[in-house]
Amino acid sequence: MLKKRLIPNIILNEGNVVQSVNFKHTNVIGNAITAVDFFNSWAIDEIIVLDVSRTRKEREKFHKIIRGLSKRCFVPLTVGGWISDIDEMKLFLKEGADKICINTEAVKNNLLIKESSEFFGSQCIVVSIDVKKNVNQEYEVFINRGKDKTGLEPIEWAKKVEKLGAGEILLTSIDQEGTKQGYDLKLLKEITDNVGIPVISFGGVGKWEHFADGINVGNADAVSAANIFHYTEHSTFNAKKFLFESKLNVRMQEFYKLPTPRKPKYDEFF
Amino acid sequence: MISIIDYGMGNVKSVYNAFEILGAEIEIIDDPKKLDDSEAIILPGVGAFKDGIRNLEKMGFINKLKEQVIDKKKPYLGICLGLEFLANKSFEGGETEGFGWIKGQIEKIDTGDNKLKIPHMGWDDTIIKKNTTLFKDMKNPVFYYLHSFFLKVEKTETDYVESICEYGKTKIISSIHKENIYAVQFHPEKSQESGLKLINNFLELIKQ
Repeated sequence: MLKKRLIPNIILNEGNVVQSVNFKHTNVIGNAITAVDFFNSWAIDEIIVLDVSRTRKEREKFHKIIRGLSKRCFVPLTVGGWISDIDEMKLFLKEGADKICINTEAVKNNLLIKESSEFFGSQCIVVSIDVKKNVNQEYEVFINRGKDKTGLEPIEWAKKVEKLGAGEILLTSIDQEGTKQGYDLKLLKEITDNVGIPVISFGGVGKWEHFADGINVGNADAVSAANIFHYTEHSTFNAKKFLFESKLNVRMQEFYKLPTPRKPKYDEFF
Repeated sequence: MISIIDYGMGNVKSVYNAFEILGAEIEIIDDPKKLDDSEAIILPGVGAFKDGIRNLEKMGFINKLKEQVIDKKKPYLGICLGLEFLANKSFEGGETEGFGWIKGQIEKIDTGDNKLKIPHMGWDDTIIKKNTTLFKDMKNPVFYYLHSFFLKVEKTETDYVESICEYGKTKIISSIHKENIYAVQFHPEKSQESGLKLINNFLELIKQ
């Protein structure tokens, strides 16, 4: 049976891994290569890397990081942030990404979902949906790193992206993100009840139970988090162990004696 | 030198990276002549069967592969499409002829359950039928799969099946081994430690 996935989300601002709280990116935590190397040696099932820089000024740095970390990433790698055309998607795939995540541009230009999923296959296109409660306390889709309202209702938008060919949805609650209070399970359930494609839940994990809630209550196919993995010792291993011991259908890491160098040469990238 | 064939289908770089980190001497090639000097041949690939065969044909790989793998018995590792090509034919996008090295055909996965999605994508249990060199030291590993079609073999070939993966009511042949031909439906290059272990087992067996 297909396993439920555990996915660390690495949030990069101008090339640095940052902490994210309600989409404000302040504390620099470290560099992406060490993060991937660490996650990769534990039981994670996939890695998402998002560029949340305010401008495209340091974009080349982001590409360089993707090229560097794909060399040491032996799980599927999803790349997102500032992607607006097929050409840059091609470039990321060539640099070692397996999936492409789009958000703002997908809202502005719905056809991008259709064109990219037809070109690369649905399995390659993840549409990220950021949701915040608006002044009327209703769920609304926001774009541009949570800054701009769209007037879109999340369920309708999720159904539409599925119809346009998206292979997966990365669902983020902006209100929960960085709060450590857990996922917005109501929102998550509403989306998973209404689409047939896998949903990755993100935003708000403060303890391992929140992952289990996302799977059991929210019916997520994959659970993701950022900050908690950086601030907790043996984080991915313990998270996986918790899910496994909670009898959830997850993959446990196997360890073999392999002639792989355990430490990468960080200088190559910085 | 081990050669990975780049024929425009999917990310050969990640396969290269996995071999490289294990210390293998490896090269990516798009010229069939280079296979003359290869000690082993890797054929990866994600995408449509028809496009894949067409590209291999156009680049002159079909006859060269037969010469190197069937006549000269060089070790071959097929990944995903590299497994599907072994069959006589595929029904993906009309009927297309494959290498015909394994008697069988490629059919669309029938999950028999609307809740299961196509493509079969993600980490799934792999049931080892025969513990051979490719799965050395491994019990029931979990690998990363990404495909919509699967190999169905004729009765005469069932002994070559080394592992399966159950998806809905379909029993997917997830690996097969016949003489010097090895092939897996899953992606060892994206299956973390289990995948690297399998690749390392392949490297050890070609050294012998």
